[in-house]
Amino acid sequence: MTLQYHYTVPGDDFVHAGEASGHLKGVLRQLGYPGDTIRRVAISMYEGEINMVIHANGGEIDAEIDDRGVTVTLRDQGPGIPDVEKAMQEGWSTASDEIRSQGFGAGMGLPNMKKYTDRMQIDTVLGVGTAITLRIDLH
Amino acid sequence: MKMTEIISLLDARLLCGAVEDDYEFDSAFASDMMSDVLAYGQGQALLLTGLLNQQVIRTAEMLDMRCIVFVRGKVPADEVLSLAAEKGITALTTRHGMFTCGGLLYQAGIRGV
Repeated sequence: MTLQYHYTVPGDDFVHAGEASGHLKGVLRQLGYPGDTIRRVAISMYEGEINMVIHANGGEIDAEIDDRGVTVTLRDQGPGIPDVEKAMQEGWSTASDEIRSQGFGAGMGLPNMKKYTDRMQIDTVLGVGTAITLRIDLH
Repeated sequence: MKMTEIISLLDARLLCGAVEDDYEFDSAFASDMMSDVLAYGQGQALLLTGLLNQQVIRTAEMLDMRCIVFVRGKVPADEVLSLAAEKGITALTTRHGMFTCGGLLYQAGIRGV
Protein backbone atom coordinates (compact mmCIF):
# COMPACT_ATOMS: atom_id res chain seq x y z
CA MET A 1 0.00 0.00 0.00
CA THR A 2 1.28 3.43 -0.92
CA LEU A 3 -0.49 6.69 -0.13
CA GLN A 4 0.54 9.93 -1.81
CA TYR A 5 -0.16 13.50 -0.78
CA HIS A 6 0.70 16.76 -2.49
CA TYR A 7 0.86 20.17 -0.85
CA THR A 8 1.45 23.66 -2.21
CA VAL A 9 3.14 25.93 0.30
CA PRO A 10 2.46 29.63 -0.32
CA GLY A 11 5.43 31.98 -0.01
CA ASP A 12 5.60 34.83 2.50
CA ASP A 13 2.68 33.35 4.42
CA PHE A 14 4.00 32.86 7.89
CA VAL A 15 0.51 32.48 9.33
CA HIS A 16 -0.35 29.31 7.41
CA ALA A 17 3.15 27.79 7.34
CA GLY A 18 2.94 24.39 8.95
CA GLU A 19 -0.50 23.43 7.65
CA ALA A 20 0.90 20.77 5.31
CA SER A 21 2.97 19.18 8.07
CA GLY A 22 -0.01 19.30 10.43
CA HIS A 23 -2.17 17.58 7.81
CA LEU A 24 0.30 14.75 7.18
CA LYS A 25 0.73 14.30 10.93
CA GLY A 26 -3.04 13.80 11.20
CA VAL A 27 -2.99 11.24 8.37
CA LEU A 28 -0.21 9.24 10.04
CA ARG A 29 -2.06 9.30 13.34
CA GLN A 30 -5.20 7.97 11.63
CA LEU A 31 -3.12 5.21 10.06
CA GLY A 32 -1.95 4.21 13.53
CA TYR A 33 1.73 5.06 13.07
CA PRO A 34 3.79 5.05 16.31
CA GLY A 35 3.98 8.44 18.07
CA ASP A 36 7.76 8.66 17.83
CA THR A 37 7.74 8.08 14.05
CA ILE A 38 4.94 10.61 13.58
CA ARG A 39 6.90 13.23 15.53
CA ARG A 40 10.05 12.61 13.48
CA VAL A 41 8.09 13.08 10.24
CA ALA A 42 6.21 16.12 11.55
CA ILE A 43 9.25 17.95 12.93
CA SER A 44 11.50 17.38 9.90
CA MET A 45 8.77 18.23 7.37
CA TYR A 46 7.75 21.32 9.36
CA GLU A 47 11.35 22.58 9.43
CA GLY A 48 11.44 22.15 5.65
CA GLU A 49 8.09 23.86 5.21
CA ILE A 50 9.20 26.83 7.32
CA ASN A 51 12.45 27.04 5.35
CA MET A 52 10.45 27.20 2.11
CA VAL A 53 8.39 30.11 3.41
CA ILE A 54 11.37 31.97 4.86
CA HIS A 55 13.93 31.49 2.11
CA ALA A 56 12.24 30.41 -1.13
CA ASN A 57 8.84 32.11 -1.47
CA GLY A 58 7.07 28.79 -0.92
CA GLY A 59 7.18 25.58 -2.91
CA GLU A 60 5.70 22.12 -3.37
CA ILE A 61 5.77 19.11 -1.06
CA ASP A 62 5.13 15.49 -2.00
CA ALA A 63 4.69 12.90 0.70
CA GLU A 64 4.58 9.17 0.14
CA ILE A 65 3.57 6.75 2.85
CA ASP A 66 4.43 3.11 2.29
CA ASP A 67 4.52 0.01 4.47
CA ARG A 68 8.03 0.72 5.70
CA GLY A 69 8.02 4.46 6.28
CA VAL A 70 7.50 7.94 4.88
CA THR A 71 9.29 9.85 2.13
CA VAL A 72 8.84 13.62 1.99
CA THR A 73 10.17 15.63 -0.95
CA LEU A 74 10.26 19.42 -0.69
CA ARG A 75 10.90 21.38 -3.90
CA ASP A 76 11.28 25.11 -4.23
CA GLN A 77 12.35 27.63 -6.83
CA GLY A 78 14.26 29.76 -4.37
CA PRO A 79 17.80 31.10 -4.52
CA GLY A 80 19.46 27.75 -3.76
CA ILE A 81 21.88 27.03 -0.90
CA PRO A 82 25.35 28.49 -1.67
CA ASP A 83 27.24 26.31 0.80
CA VAL A 84 25.43 23.16 1.91
CA GLU A 85 28.22 22.17 4.30
CA LYS A 86 27.90 25.50 6.14
CA ALA A 87 24.10 25.31 6.10
CA MET A 88 24.34 21.94 7.83
CA GLN A 89 26.26 23.47 10.74
CA GLU A 90 24.19 24.22 13.83
CA GLY A 91 23.80 27.97 14.31
CA TRP A 92 24.57 29.00 10.73
CA SER A 93 21.70 30.95 9.18
CA THR A 94 21.01 33.61 6.57
CA ALA A 95 17.59 34.47 8.00
CA SER A 96 16.71 38.13 8.53
CA ASP A 97 16.20 39.81 11.90
CA GLU A 98 12.49 39.88 11.12
CA ILE A 99 12.42 36.09 10.82
CA ARG A 100 14.40 35.76 14.05
CA SER A 101 11.82 37.95 15.80
CA GLN A 102 9.23 35.37 14.67
CA GLY A 103 11.11 32.64 16.53
CA PHE A 104 13.05 31.09 13.64
CA GLY A 105 16.42 31.46 11.95
CA ALA A 106 18.56 29.99 14.72
CA GLY A 107 20.39 27.89 12.18
CA MET A 108 18.88 24.66 13.45
CA GLY A 109 16.56 23.81 10.55
CA LEU A 110 18.69 21.63 8.27
CA PRO A 111 20.68 19.98 11.12
CA ASN A 112 17.37 19.22 12.82
CA MET A 113 15.94 17.69 9.63
CA LYS A 114 18.98 15.41 9.42
CA LYS A 115 18.73 14.53 13.11
CA TYR A 116 15.13 13.36 12.87
CA THR A 117 15.35 11.45 9.58
CA ASP A 118 16.99 8.19 8.54
CA ARG A 119 18.14 9.61 5.21
CA MET A 120 18.25 13.13 3.83
CA GLN A 121 19.33 14.28 0.41
CA ILE A 122 19.81 17.90 -0.67
CA ASP A 123 19.93 18.83 -4.35
CA THR A 124 20.43 22.54 -4.82
CA VAL A 125 21.30 24.78 -7.76
CA LEU A 126 22.01 28.46 -7.24
CA GLY A 127 19.33 30.64 -8.83
CA VAL A 128 17.21 27.62 -9.73
CA GLY A 129 16.04 26.06 -6.49
CA THR A 130 16.40 23.32 -3.94
CA ALA A 131 14.96 19.83 -3.57
CA ILE A 132 15.26 18.04 -0.24
CA THR A 133 14.22 14.43 0.20
CA LEU A 134 13.59 13.10 3.68
CA ARG A 135 13.11 9.44 4.54
CA ILE A 136 11.80 8.30 7.87
CA ASP A 137 11.71 4.52 8.32
CA LEU A 138 9.14 2.78 10.44
CA HIS A 139 11.29 1.21 13.15
CA MET B 1 2.38 17.62 38.32
CA LYS B 2 -1.19 18.06 37.16
CA MET B 3 -2.37 21.02 35.10
CA THR B 4 -4.42 22.48 37.95
CA GLU B 5 -1.25 22.53 40.06
CA ILE B 6 0.65 24.32 37.28
CA ILE B 7 -2.11 26.93 37.08
CA SER B 8 -2.03 27.45 40.82
CA LEU B 9 1.79 27.49 41.08
CA LEU B 10 2.21 30.05 38.29
CA ASP B 11 -0.88 32.02 39.25
CA ALA B 12 -1.93 31.45 35.65
CA ARG B 13 -5.16 32.14 33.80
CA LEU B 14 -6.74 29.78 31.28
CA LEU B 15 -6.89 31.28 27.76
CA CYS B 16 -8.24 28.29 25.82
CA GLY B 17 -8.56 24.54 25.92
CA ALA B 18 -9.45 22.15 28.66
CA VAL B 19 -7.89 21.72 32.09
CA GLU B 20 -7.60 17.96 32.24
CA ASP B 21 -5.82 16.39 35.16
CA ASP B 22 -5.37 13.00 33.56
CA TYR B 23 -1.82 13.84 32.52
CA GLU B 24 1.20 14.13 34.79
CA PHE B 25 3.72 16.78 33.67
CA ASP B 26 7.29 16.03 34.70
CA SER B 27 9.31 18.26 32.37
CA ALA B 28 9.13 21.55 30.49
CA PHE B 29 10.95 23.58 27.85
CA ALA B 30 11.28 27.38 27.93
CA SER B 31 12.25 29.47 24.90
CA ASP B 32 11.17 32.29 22.61
CA MET B 33 13.06 30.59 19.78
CA MET B 34 10.88 27.97 18.10
CA SER B 35 13.93 26.68 16.21
CA ASP B 36 15.39 25.64 19.57
CA VAL B 37 12.11 24.17 20.79
CA LEU B 38 12.03 21.98 17.67
CA ALA B 39 15.67 21.00 18.11
CA TYR B 40 15.67 20.26 21.84
CA GLY B 41 12.10 20.19 23.11
CA GLN B 42 11.05 16.70 22.13
CA GLY B 43 9.52 14.77 25.03
CA GLN B 44 8.41 17.89 26.89
CA ALA B 45 4.68 18.39 27.20
CA LEU B 46 4.84 21.90 28.65
CA LEU B 47 6.17 24.96 26.79
CA LEU B 48 6.93 28.34 28.35
CA THR B 49 7.30 31.18 25.85
CA GLY B 50 6.91 34.90 25.32
CA LEU B 51 6.40 34.52 21.56
CA LEU B 52 2.80 34.99 20.46
CA ASN B 53 2.42 33.93 16.82
CA GLN B 54 0.78 30.95 15.10
CA GLN B 55 4.09 29.14 14.81
CA VAL B 56 4.21 28.68 18.58
CA ILE B 57 1.06 26.57 18.26
CA ARG B 58 2.37 24.73 15.18
CA THR B 59 5.64 23.97 16.97
CA ALA B 60 3.79 22.63 20.00
CA GLU B 61 1.58 20.60 17.67
CA MET B 62 4.53 18.93 15.92
CA LEU B 63 6.08 18.00 19.27
CA ASP B 64 2.80 16.73 20.76
CA MET B 65 2.98 19.30 23.56
CA ARG B 66 -0.14 19.57 25.66
CA CYS B 67 0.12 23.00 27.28
CA ILE B 68 1.65 26.39 26.45
CA VAL B 69 2.22 29.02 29.14
CA PHE B 70 2.58 32.54 27.78
CA VAL B 71 4.85 34.38 30.19
CA ARG B 72 5.25 38.07 31.15
CA GLY B 73 1.47 38.53 31.12
CA LYS B 74 1.28 38.09 27.37
CA VAL B 75 -1.90 37.07 25.58
CA PRO B 76 -1.87 35.99 21.91
CA ALA B 77 -4.43 37.19 19.36
CA ASP B 78 -7.77 35.38 19.11
CA GLU B 79 -6.81 33.61 15.87
CA VAL B 80 -3.72 32.16 17.55
CA LEU B 81 -5.80 30.90 20.46
CA SER B 82 -8.36 29.47 18.01
CA LEU B 83 -5.59 27.47 16.36
CA ALA B 84 -4.48 26.17 19.77
CA ALA B 85 -8.06 25.13 20.58
CA GLU B 86 -8.38 23.43 17.19
CA LYS B 87 -5.19 21.45 17.89
CA GLY B 88 -6.31 20.46 21.38
CA ILE B 89 -3.58 22.46 23.09
CA THR B 90 -4.33 24.24 26.37
CA ALA B 91 -3.05 27.82 26.58
CA LEU B 92 -2.36 29.69 29.83
CA THR B 93 -0.99 33.13 30.65
CA THR B 94 0.92 34.20 33.73
CA ARG B 95 2.20 37.56 34.94
CA HIS B 96 5.50 35.92 35.91
CA GLY B 97 8.56 36.12 33.68
CA MET B 98 10.12 33.08 32.09
CA PHE B 99 12.93 32.84 34.66
CA THR B 100 10.55 32.99 37.59
CA CYS B 101 8.24 30.41 36.00
CA GLY B 102 11.20 28.09 35.47
CA GLY B 103 12.28 28.51 39.08
CA LEU B 104 8.83 27.88 40.49
CA LEU B 105 8.32 24.79 38.35
CA TYR B 106 11.81 23.43 39.09
CA GLN B 107 11.30 23.87 42.81
CA ALA B 108 8.11 21.84 42.49
CA GLY B 109 9.91 18.97 40.76
CA ILE B 110 9.57 19.77 37.04
CA ARG B 111 12.81 19.23 35.12
CA GLY B 112 14.23 20.46 31.82
CA VAL B 113 16.23 18.76 29.11
